[in-house]
Amino acid sequence: MAVLGRACLLLALLVCVYGIGASLYGVRRGRSEWCESGRRAVYALALILTVAFVVLEIAFMRNEFSFNAVADTSSTNTPTFYKFAAVWSSQEGSLLLWAWLSAMWSSLILFLTRNRMRDITPYAQSVLLGFAGFFVGLMIFYASPFDTTSPAPTAGAGLDPLLRFWTMMIHPPMLYSGYTLCIVPFAFGVGALIARRVDAEWIRATRRFALASWLFLGLGILLGARWSYSELGWGGYWGWDAVENAALLPWLTGTAFIHSIMIQEKRGMLKVWNASLVLATGTLAIMGTFLVRSGILDSIHAFGASTLGVPFVVLIAVCIFGSIYLVVSRRDMLRTEHRLDSLFSREAAFLLNNLVLVGLAFVIMWGTYFPLISEAFTGSESSVGPPWFDRYTVPLALILVLLSGVGPLLSWRRATGSGARRNLIVPATAFVLVLVGAIAAGVPENVKALLMFACAAFAIAAVGQEFVRGTRVRRALSGEATPLAMFSLVRRNRRRYGGYLVHVGIAVMFVGVAASSSFAHQNTDVPLGRGQSTKVGAYKVTYVRPTAVLHDAPSVDGELRTALAQYPQGNQIPIHHDGGDLDHVLDLGAVLDVTKNGHHVATLRPMMSFYNGDDPSQGTVGDLLAGQSVSDVGLNSSPLRDLWSAFDLNLAQTPLQSIINRGNAIVPANRPDLALVTIAALAGSYLEHPPAAEFNLLISPLVMWLWVGGLIVLGGGLLAGSPSGSLVRGRASARVAARATRGMARA
Amino acid sequence: MDLVVVLLTLALLGAVIAIVGAPLNLPYRRREVDADEVRRGELEAARESKYREIRDTELDYRLGKLSEADHESISATLRAEAAEILRGLDDLDGAVEHQPDEAPAAAGEAEPQADETQSSEGAARR
Amino acid sequence: MNPERKRTVRLVVALTAAVLLATALIYTSFSAADPAVTPTQLVREVRPGHTYVLTGTVVAGSVRRVGPELLFRVEDRTGSALKLPVTYTGTVPDPFEAGREIVVNVNPPANGSGIYVAQSNSLITKCPSKYQAAPPSSS
Repeated sequence: MAVLGRACLLLALLVCVYGIGASLYGVRRGRSEWCESGRRAVYALALILTVAFVVLEIAFMRNEFSFNAVADTSSTNTPTFYKFAAVWSSQEGSLLLWAWLSAMWSSLILFLTRNRMRDITPYAQSVLLGFAGFFVGLMIFYASPFDTTSPAPTAGAGLDPLLRFWTMMIHPPMLYSGYTLCIVPFAFGVGALIARRVDAEWIRATRRFALASWLFLGLGILLGARWSYSELGWGGYWGWDAVENAALLPWLTGTAFIHSIMIQEKRGMLKVWNASLVLATGTLAIMGTFLVRSGILDSIHAFGASTLGVPFVVLIAVCIFGSIYLVVSRRDMLRTEHRLDSLFSREAAFLLNNLVLVGLAFVIMWGTYFPLISEAFTGSESSVGPPWFDRYTVPLALILVLLSGVGPLLSWRRATGSGARRNLIVPATAFVLVLVGAIAAGVPENVKALLMFACAAFAIAAVGQEFVRGTRVRRALSGEATPLAMFSLVRRNRRRYGGYLVHVGIAVMFVGVAASSSFAHQNTDVPLGRGQSTKVGAYKVTYVRPTAVLHDAPSVDGELRTALAQYPQGNQIPIHHDGGDLDHVLDLGAVLDVTKNGHHVATLRPMMSFYNGDDPSQGTVGDLLAGQSVSDVGLNSSPLRDLWSAFDLNLAQTPLQSIINRGNAIVPANRPDLALVTIAALAGSYLEHPPAAEFNLLISPLVMWLWVGGLIVLGGGLLAGSPSGSLVRGRASARVAARATRGMARA
Repeated sequence: MDLVVVLLTLALLGAVIAIVGAPLNLPYRRREVDADEVRRGELEAARESKYREIRDTELDYRLGKLSEADHESISATLRAEAAEILRGLDDLDGAVEHQPDEAPAAAGEAEPQADETQSSEGAARR
Repeated sequence: MNPERKRTVRLVVALTAAVLLATALIYTSFSAADPAVTPTQLVREVRPGHTYVLTGTVVAGSVRRVGPELLFRVEDRTGSALKLPVTYTGTVPDPFEAGREIVVNVNPPANGSGIYVAQSNSLITKCPSKYQAAPPSSS
């Protein structure tokens, strides 16, 4: 089986090399059948890598521990869903995922553009095959997912329990889809520059690709933030970690590109800027992929230091210097056709937006790579922390949100002063009202947060006004009822209104971010015993009673219940029948009652899950609890605030440890059922005499809006990018064409 | 080595060669890329984009962002640019492309019609 | 001013603003940054009143809790005789345990106690990598 996998990789590399050769030969010699063959090489690559991926998945599903990848990240204990996803939790498997996704997305896009831009696509094919070939080469020569050990180990190490959440499982495919989709506009950009054709057709195609990558990257980043918030024990969603930043960078440049490409479309301006942006986005995507697996920067995400560093640096250098060369050598055809008609126009607003976005990207990039920069310049490595990032990104974010409200107010080419001033009234009023209202309502005086609320109100009001006025216009024209009118309006102007929705979503997200970072109340490591309470912000949190959950196989149910019956509350412990593999047998936690001014607000149930440590030195019983423990956060979300709690218990420092020790002494290694009985006794004892545990408590205002805003952004992006298969298009085009000919006649 | 593995590998190899080699073996019917095809692609994309601009300007005028004077002036410029594109397409076709008699003359018909498709494959293949 | 002049002025203003911002950025990053050190580097270079970003591995068996404080020792990632004692208050990430790689901001010990004081909530524990990279020679 592994042989088939290795054969696939070799075949894939050969196909990449062939495809590059065929495409380049075909396009230089004008032999389109060779270009066609080169395109089909991408399809073939997708087929081969799918087979390779399936081979690896089968190995995981069948627990083939002869595969190093399987032995290192999976085990017989691992639940099936996580076995499936464990494929990409390792360095080698993730490389295969990247290459496979790249081949699939490239195939799809090359298929969709098979009849267009035939002077550009062969170059794009070559670039895409080049990248795929690089990753395949990495797998063949450095980190193969099909390495085997013989004789095969009998057991696997298992998947890190921290990764056992569905959000973490789809986060890499989403993120990698984003990265691999960033390579597509890069490839078409290279192709367009080589073919010397950076025109409307290229713009239309590239804009679509850029939007697709922007959507997936955004989704991947959002998923990572949500996982961090709801599963990790720190209650935060963004830490300015190097790898988080690295994914954000191409997203920022991609956002800038989506805006500035519209200026090129309409006025033939900014060609050099756009070409540079699209090439930079692809390069940043490669750098992001590189960062997470190279270990060159300290991050909680790093796969660990590896030997992949050098090839990646070479690839990135090729991308950077190749891009610079292409842009410089084509600068004559990238000359601008027009200038800005007026600073008082949507073009100008977009320009400013680009500057802010690129500025943001530069700041984040500087801070992220600073350890390397400082080492290069001063010889010693230093790093900047979140306060430094916040200092620069917050003002830039404020400007960004404000601009996202200004843009909709202006028209293209030039806006009429009086019209714009009239349209400014409502948003400006909203700004002032919210600012004054917030201060009056007693919101603590945090200038940045208050400004952000006001700017968000401005942006949302500006967009809302566009929707309302647009619906009114539509109603006047078509006589439709209001809801239908709005629907038609949006349907017929998806790019515009989809974009407006994205602006609303961004504003909402920043409201959530501002409130939750400025006005949160957090108490960490609060020791609480049963009946004790503590105050967090305006809330009082009381430890009501302990909770426990057992996981076992149905066969030992009887024994466990007998053991539990000896404890007063033993029969209140639920037993879940998913612990047959002994991977995860016990959860301990507490019920917390949250009140405000004496009124009950919420009940939180944080727990701690204990996992198998696969460490016989801990004893038969101890081993079952010695693995990575994972917080199960007790969360109560509401529009105004989240109540977040985490439970931490170090068994070794409680009397419960004596139960474990006794079990270790008595229970022989071949009696896991007796070990489970001991665990049951431990759970019963825990309920009877719960030791004080440490609680992490957080009141996070408005944080729900971060996720809601994120969904709005994604929805808006989908709307903006959705094609219209309109049958009426022909008719309408004819109408507009007719008006154009009237123009001709007049001229 | 497992026979099944060997057979699968050979089958995969065969499939790849068939996929990749097909255009080289069949009498290939696609004509070569020539300047005309490139120009047509450019112009058609430019035309769609120009139509969208015209519609956008119309909508902006109705939303009050543009005065009538501004709107007329910008609209005229856009229409002239569109006419040029259509002229270019005409030259490529050597035929009349548009049907002037289908148009209602009134300006009160801003039908902001979402025209956003990358699909003019039928047109491109002409 | 003719349009050409206006454009030049705009360009100059924009560039100047960019240069000023970049300078501010660069200057503050160098002054706001804390040096990243391993335990062996830290004891060599330590100066009172400075904060350091300590990277290393948690020494097995050294983790103890004393009230609200977490005490542990840190050694070089590549292994070292030196095991630096650190005291920490604040959120402890889930993956934290002996043998894991961590990053934490510390200040030098006060009054000769020899124990480095970590900044609250600055502890980052690396997700454990189950892999060592295969040496290039093997396949």
